[in-house]
Amino acid sequence: MRFLLTDEQRAFARSLDALLTAADTPSVARAWSAGEHTAGRALWSRIAGAGVFAPAVPEAYEGMGPLPVELAVAFVELGRHAVPGPVVETVLAAALLSGAPEHAARLLPPLVSGKAMATVGSAYALDGDTADVVLVLADGKVWLSPGCRPEVRPSLDPARRLAVPLPGGELLCPAVPPDAVGWARLATAAQALGVGLALLDRTVAYVGQRIQFGVPIGSFQAVKHRLADAAIALEFARPLLFGAALSMAPADIAAAKVAACEAAYATARTALQLHGAIGYTAEYDLSLWLTKARVLRGAWGTPAECRAAVLRGLRLHG
Amino acid sequence: MDLTHSPADEAFRTEARSWLAAHVPSTPLPSLETGEGFAAHRAWETELAADRWSVVSWPAGYGGRDAGLLRWLIFEEEYYAAGAPGRVGQNGISLLAPTLFAHGTEEQRARVLPPMATGEVIWAQAWSEPEAGSDLASLRSRAVRTRGGWLLKGQKTWSSRAAFADRAFGLFRSDPDAPKPHQGLTYLMFDLRAPGVTVRPIGRLDGKPAFAELFLDDVFVPDEDVIGEPGRGWRIAMSTAADERGLTLRSPGRYLAAAERLLALWQAHGGPASMGDRVADALIGARAYQLFTYAAASRFLDGTPIGPEASLNKVFWSEYDLVLHETALDLLGREGEVADTRWAEGYVFSLAGPLYAGTNEIQRDIIAERLLGLPKGRR
Repeated sequence: MRFLLTDEQRAFARSLDALLTAADTPSVARAWSAGEHTAGRALWSRIAGAGVFAPAVPEAYEGMGPLPVELAVAFVELGRHAVPGPVVETVLAAALLSGAPEHAARLLPPLVSGKAMATVGSAYALDGDTADVVLVLADGKVWLSPGCRPEVRPSLDPARRLAVPLPGGELLCPAVPPDAVGWARLATAAQALGVGLALLDRTVAYVGQRIQFGVPIGSFQAVKHRLADAAIALEFARPLLFGAALSMAPADIAAAKVAACEAAYATARTALQLHGAIGYTAEYDLSLWLTKARVLRGAWGTPAECRAAVLRGLRLHG
Repeated sequence: MDLTHSPADEAFRTEARSWLAAHVPSTPLPSLETGEGFAAHRAWETELAADRWSVVSWPAGYGGRDAGLLRWLIFEEEYYAAGAPGRVGQNGISLLAPTLFAHGTEEQRARVLPPMATGEVIWAQAWSEPEAGSDLASLRSRAVRTRGGWLLKGQKTWSSRAAFADRAFGLFRSDPDAPKPHQGLTYLMFDLRAPGVTVRPIGRLDGKPAFAELFLDDVFVPDEDVIGEPGRGWRIAMSTAADERGLTLRSPGRYLAAAERLLALWQAHGGPASMGDRVADALIGARAYQLFTYAAASRFLDGTPIGPEASLNKVFWSEYDLVLHETALDLLGREGEVADTRWAEGYVFSLAGPLYAGTNEIQRDIIAERLLGLPKGRR
């Protein structure tokens, strides 16, 4: 029993944090929103090189996996920095392809190295306009799609570009393996936790500087208590995330997804309220996280689906 | 990261589980907030102590098992999973005892702890006063120097368990001329049946005398019942408060068991979809609290003391407990009104959680100022 990240895992998080801070990730996300993928692709190679996707890919295909705790560590950082692109979908694609040996040897190594990015969708595929590998979940099966239509629909999160997969393609798996979806759900939970932590940090900094009535608004109890509640929600979601990464049990992952997404979204509402009108503008960077907190709730397991999974499977005493 | 217990710790779990299976009363004891229930719960403390299960984390010399934090958490999981009674000795065991371990003398520990472990002496808290609640440092009750000890004068209130308890501990103003409110306070223990003590029980919402007012009229306390240095009581009391909010007052085992009972209740009512999300959230919250505690325990065992994050804990468990019981009463529908049930008793108890051990407003101030670093302001 030692429920703490190791020094190596913490160092991994710090190195990603440093990389993403130096890379001016908010600018990369804004360009990505406009369909300019060059900077995002360059950043993608660097985070892949730093080992973001390797934990989801078995060693046989040049990864280091399965290492779900390391994956969660990495995705908290991706969320904290609002990294654009189909990061979760590339993890899901890796998990799906790991079960399809005839394609894995060709398609997985470039996902690990960052030479290729993958997406997975059904009606829409996130960033399918730029992804190199497009998988489609349809009729309970997994298909290798020929690609997506070039036009995209906007998402509530402008950095998420929703493309429509082209019909047809090659059958990859006759059934969607539930374990693979678990990886996507875990990665989304981690990303959401990171989004919430960033929103909290930025809002704490803002209310410490914003002066009204002659004092920082962060000295007011009404402001403090909202931020305290955000901190409580996030800090109790965090152990659920890492507990789920340790067990990879579907109900544990679902619990982590509910808690992380609820905490991140509640923090987003608090962040917007405490920033006031500046927070409601597209030009202020807070918008990158505010909008992501909303859409991650529905990604790879809605709150209702995840709570149902908890009721089916979470047993507390054993 | 590792969430598995060692084989030795699992063996300890098995030992606790089998003892509890053989000893936990098959029918629930009467409410511990009544005279009859208090006596029954005291007898249960004695039964626990007879086989050294009442204070597993204490040194063996005082009646414990030197069990350590992880085994204490395991014991608590087993204790509540077995449906064992509430702990009438909790005030003493989880608040006064840690204070004595940290600040008491060997003589005090040897004299006070063994009868606490057996339930022979049940302790009440004496912190709040009519004009000193969240602003505890403004307390006015006096401790006046006299030959061989101190004379207590004043009034304490909301004193949990005091209606039936034997002794109490709390803070008294020994130096009214100290420059700041939290200076000149002394931490001491006194007998609730000593001459000069008047105990007026107070009925909580359901009328049960869960707490009391204490009127103190020149109550003599010998020097041997002062904890730590006179005048330094605030710092000592704050260390007790951190324990209360932190790891030791409300163990995860309590909520894991309550959430399991809620799930069973929901299933027994046919698993109504309209209540499913709330039941799921209760399961998620219990797991979150368990894992948060294991993370905090791991940090503690690594040498990091429990700090202001104890306030995260206190707000979480107190609000969680209330919401869990509200969910149960809603599931029970019209039956939820019936008060002599375990759920209703638990509900009334849970209503007080956000108020005691430092109100949740004070905890949120601590979180904002000491964890998040926000500027101090007017309360």
